Amino acid sequence: MTTTGETAVKQKMPPQPDKQQRAPQRPGDVVFSAAARAAGTLILVILAAVAVFLVVEAWPAIEIPSSELATKVSFIEDGDSLLSYVGPLVFGTILAAIIALVIATPVSIGVALFISHYSPRRVAQVFGYIVDLLAAIPSVVYGLWGALWLMPRVAPFFDWLSSTLGFVPLFEGPVATPPRTILTAGIVLAVMILPIITAVAREVFLQTPLLHQEAALALGATRWEMVRLAVLPFARSGIISATMLGLGRALGETMAVAMVLSPGLTYSIFILQAGQHQNIAANIALKFPEATSLGVNVLIFTGLVLFVITLIVNMIARWIVSRRAEFSGAN
Amino acid sequence: MTTMQDPLDVQLGGKKLSRGKLPRGTAIGLLVLSVVVMGGILQMAGSFGIVLTVFLGVVLYAVAIMVLAGAVEGGRAARDRLATTFMYSAFALAVIPLISLLWTVIDYGLDRFNGYFLSYTMRGVFGGMDAGGVYHAIVGTLEITLFATLISVPIGLLTAIYLVEYGPTRLGRGITFFVDVMTGIPSIVAGLFAYALFALFLGPGVRMGVVGSVALAVLMIPIVVRASEEMLKLVPNELREAAYALGVPKWLTIVKVVLRTAAAGIVTGVMLAVARVIGETAPLLITVGVVDSVNYDLFDGRMMTLPVYVFRQYSQGLAPNGITTINYDRAWAAALTLIIIVMLLNLIARLVSRLFAPKTGR
Repeated sequence: MTTTGETAVKQKMPPQPDKQQRAPQRPGDVVFSAAARAAGTLILVILAAVAVFLVVEAWPAIEIPSSELATKVSFIEDGDSLLSYVGPLVFGTILAAIIALVIATPVSIGVALFISHYSPRRVAQVFGYIVDLLAAIPSVVYGLWGALWLMPRVAPFFDWLSSTLGFVPLFEGPVATPPRTILTAGIVLAVMILPIITAVAREVFLQTPLLHQEAALALGATRWEMVRLAVLPFARSGIISATMLGLGRALGETMAVAMVLSPGLTYSIFILQAGQHQNIAANIALKFPEATSLGVNVLIFTGLVLFVITLIVNMIARWIVSRRAEFSGAN
Repeated sequence: MTTMQDPLDVQLGGKKLSRGKLPRGTAIGLLVLSVVVMGGILQMAGSFGIVLTVFLGVVLYAVAIMVLAGAVEGGRAARDRLATTFMYSAFALAVIPLISLLWTVIDYGLDRFNGYFLSYTMRGVFGGMDAGGVYHAIVGTLEITLFATLISVPIGLLTAIYLVEYGPTRLGRGITFFVDVMTGIPSIVAGLFAYALFALFLGPGVRMGVVGSVALAVLMIPIVVRASEEMLKLVPNELREAAYALGVPKWLTIVKVVLRTAAAGIVTGVMLAVARVIGETAPLLITVGVVDSVNYDLFDGRMMTLPVYVFRQYSQGLAPNGITTINYDRAWAAALTLIIIVMLLNLIARLVSRLFAPKTGR
């Protein structure tokens, strides 16, 4: 449809003016537009450079035979190859992020709906600021808070969880004391990604066409039915992409995990036990300062893996957002 | 006067057209009642705790309001009330960490937060000594962040100008997409990139302030682009057209008209971006390292930064002698310093956008 419209417009346009009639190209214009284009291109170059430099620095770790790897890198156990070292880290990264998502998504959607549709109009913006404040707090402070304040307080809850739901393999004991477990890390991560998911979801909820909402209300829907019938279907793709953005953040979070979790490299699903999991980012932060040359290469390789994972997650999220902008019912 | 009959209250074959409605304030009253009752029950059971009481109280309230509203107002209204309860609880749940976090940091941090702490370094401080400060970390944080800002603002601003002023091109769409993707780069990966970049030229094991600045700039550029782009889009087209009509070249229009109009918003965006990256720990930990004394030179040797200081003090754990919790105390005080800086930046940014925003006449 749009193509035919464009050709119609083109046919109506007057013939192109001669070269003499064009506005003069001033040197300032040329320099300025070139600088602007160069800056834009530089961003693409930087992103490409991130990938290239990571590959270059990770290469020594990739090309070395796995038999030599363990002898040269102190933190790789004998018989482990590069991939079998990265595997548990990827598992831990994804597990922590999923725990965070499971906790944060319903709460964030609730908070976003509260701010957009439930709270009194006059204070809604203030509530929005309050939730945004959560995003302003540095991650290292979250780590400190999680390790020194939250940990002693969730311990009794974990005990209860293990004794009541211990038959589920996920919650099998013995519960670690102090609970330096992946569940604690997941809770801290959930707090950290909550403002991100909330911010995006809130924007989408506010974009719901007012007519849809008023139509639902006019048909006698209660407020919840209005939300369910008009707001949530409209915002579904927005919610998905908000969740993906939160996932991207949770995958790459370093300090909170490094300070809370007691590390271990297994494919364990016991989220109440310590010394079982580790995520890639925290592993790099903890090992990097003491790592020797080839150890650095190995860590950069794990960073490359993390980069690829988050890149894919973010690209899917952005793709959903951009697709939605074209086909949304609002325009 | 005869009693007026509510038109909705007409009886139709013995069936009411309207449902009953709970009186105003029922919800709040019931909530207080449930929490109090739950507190009493837990007190008798001997396991009283504020958190548990409030949590179970809200659960009890949700059940009670469902039953009550279901009986008086009908099932749909009951579900509506349940949803309302969920939304309010979700918000309360989200605010709890914020309040507890701010409260703990202020409470624990104020113990050591004083002039001495802000003006001394960690040089010669060991064990449980009642000494040591954060001056070197403040210097490092300010220098590294400032340099990162110097790198990222020109690039970010020019890119935003390209995207907004030089129209939607294919390159522009690509940039927009990848800037969005770039906001999702994990901070540690940015740190690894900066390290790899410098290690390639200066050899492995390089630790300098400027490496950290590059890492922070990678994280900062997309935020600056996004913020400036939003602000430039807000500049009305009439202003540009008026400038063109007067024969002003495009680049002068951008510099003198568009940028000047959007200046307050751009400053706000940049300050918020600074506030975002100033608390980054992981990239600085691996690129700048740690040091105990002050180092003013960005291009030579390790530097200390506030977030890394917090992490370092925390990871040293309990001291063997003297004041055993001294490391944690310093970590809290440094965290308080960091939060104060971040909050100040946020506050000033909002003030700038409020005070210096151009008058729109609306």
